[in-house]
Amino acid sequence: MPGKTLFEKVWDTHVVSQDEGAPAVLYIDAHLIHEVTSPQAFAELRERGLPVRRPDKTFATMDHAIPTRIGVDISLWPADAATQVETLRKNCADFGVPLYDIKDEIQGIVHVIGPELGITHPGMTIVCGDSHTSTHGAFGALAFGIGTSEVGHVLASQCLMQKKGKTFAITVDGELGKGVTAKDIILAIIAKNGAGGGAGYVFEYRGSAIRKLSMANRMTICNMSIEGGARAGMIAPDEITYEYIKGRTFAPSGERWDKAVAYWNTLYSDDDAVFDREMTLDASTLEPMVTYGTNPGQGIGISGHIPTAAELEDPAERRSLAAALDYMGLTEGQKMAGQHVDVVFIGSCTNSRMEDLREAAAIAKGRKVADNVQALVVPGSKAIKAQAEAEGLDRIFSEAGFEWRGAGCSMCLAMNDDKAGAGKYVASTSNRNFQGRQGPGSRSLLMSPLMAAAAAVSGRVVDVREMM
Amino acid sequence: MQPFTQLTTTALPMRRENVDTDQIIPARYLTAVTKVGMGDGLFSWWRYGRDGKPNPDFELNKPEYAGSQVLIAGRNFGSGSSREHAVWALTEYGFRAVIAPGFADIFYNNSLKNGLLPVALPEETVNMLLDLIEEEPGTTIAIDLENQTVTLPDGQQMGFAIDSFRKMCLLDGLDDMGYLLAKGDAIAAHEAEPAY
Repeated sequence: MPGKTLFEKVWDTHVVSQDEGAPAVLYIDAHLIHEVTSPQAFAELRERGLPVRRPDKTFATMDHAIPTRIGVDISLWPADAATQVETLRKNCADFGVPLYDIKDEIQGIVHVIGPELGITHPGMTIVCGDSHTSTHGAFGALAFGIGTSEVGHVLASQCLMQKKGKTFAITVDGELGKGVTAKDIILAIIAKNGAGGGAGYVFEYRGSAIRKLSMANRMTICNMSIEGGARAGMIAPDEITYEYIKGRTFAPSGERWDKAVAYWNTLYSDDDAVFDREMTLDASTLEPMVTYGTNPGQGIGISGHIPTAAELEDPAERRSLAAALDYMGLTEGQKMAGQHVDVVFIGSCTNSRMEDLREAAAIAKGRKVADNVQALVVPGSKAIKAQAEAEGLDRIFSEAGFEWRGAGCSMCLAMNDDKAGAGKYVASTSNRNFQGRQGPGSRSLLMSPLMAAAAAVSGRVVDVREMM
Repeated sequence: MQPFTQLTTTALPMRRENVDTDQIIPARYLTAVTKVGMGDGLFSWWRYGRDGKPNPDFELNKPEYAGSQVLIAGRNFGSGSSREHAVWALTEYGFRAVIAPGFADIFYNNSLKNGLLPVALPEETVNMLLDLIEEEPGTTIAIDLENQTVTLPDGQQMGFAIDSFRKMCLLDGLDDMGYLLAKGDAIAAHEAEPAY
């Protein structure tokens, strides 16, 4: 029998039961919830008179709809956001679920605070009513987004009925060049494999370039697995992982820590494990990436050009290109370097961690945001905000003309009042360039924090390597 | 959950790839705390102009496709956000099935939990259906879940695949909750044996 992949090891240890002809019943170790996709699930529990089976494995915070500049007095908030937050408070109180409230010391984007609190461990199953739950796969967890019906199932039973996914090994070897980051790796993978290319698969990122990355950078990569069509992406844990987890609030300690590490050390794909699909990427060939279209697979290197219809063989790809360029107001064959930007957004569960903010600040330092550009920096959590302030990053950003905001999802999905206007070009460190994603009619250009900071001070898309 | 057995209906052609859930239901409709009213927001960026008036060029607003209960679209339908609101919007508006060459995983799962049947057919077949419907709006399509077939008025029939368990749930209108709650003992046994 061949060996097992990392995914198969984690999957197998969580199958509670497997009836003939039915999906597996998969146990969930940690369930993260937020204000937007949970209300209808709690309503379902109330209707059926069910309790939350494991409130101790359920963690709530508020991030999606909350304002990032109004403060915590919800009487000043838009009514719908206030209602969602009040609903979450009531649901958590009624069902005994711990809530990291915006009023508290600890709050932030659900996929930022989960790891920050040490909730995320290797070998766990983690779900959340949010597609970017794939982020937690950076720790060697099997983590994926679910719909609200499934949120209800996990609340009530701590389990989900799941069909086992197929495995897809993505090996990235080679040295990253100066100014080329984890964000560029994942944008390059998605550009190569397509936005739907990972449907039905769980990615495993491996190779020497992945092993060298910090946890923040690994989270950036796993975060965008869903943009490549895969519900989950995983990276085998190592010393970098353990170093990150150790000492955090929910991390094992004492004797349990040693036992945990011994177990975590077994979580890797065996040498003779067989993947259903494989691809490789040479990190040394990558350059900073920018998207030009309306799905995350429509990205190019900064020295490249937008494809022309003639360069695409597939009629569906050609149609997709034409629709995207029409919306984006860009032309085929055009280079992205030089494209003007109106708004810059540095934040989101993809790129709002300390490493991201430090990189952006290094570019912003001593420079000024270009005229007519609005630039926002939205830290992923209150802890990151505090740490960044302790390091003086807030002052660097403010002096350069960036707005320094409270923690939340903000302009990544523009559910709150952080919206780019119609037709505006947004240099964004977030994960989605869908039509209207960052405000009605907004046009997103996805890139790394380095590239977004460079765009902010230049007023256009530039190759950040020329500024380093 | 509303059971799905058979459906004979006209179809709405949407010749677009990667229709993401942000298009199906934009984020501003996600501020609701119930499922009600999502149909009003269905495809709202495309359905309405900036002035709030219906965009006559958008498929959903064309009178020849009114009342269609099946949507036919390009590859990777339902990509992006996990929002089940996208499925609630489609079903509240009146859709009972979506035919496409492929679906995003989370959307596919969410559909099955709400009685919306996702039918994956080869891309050539989907293109043929789009051509047919665009040429002759009002063409009826018959979907039979029990036999896993899509049938055209001329008798042409195409089979589609679906997981046998999910098919049973759809036919009977069953959701996962009862099944999971009945596994209480197995769940407790699993909880009694942590990995470390």
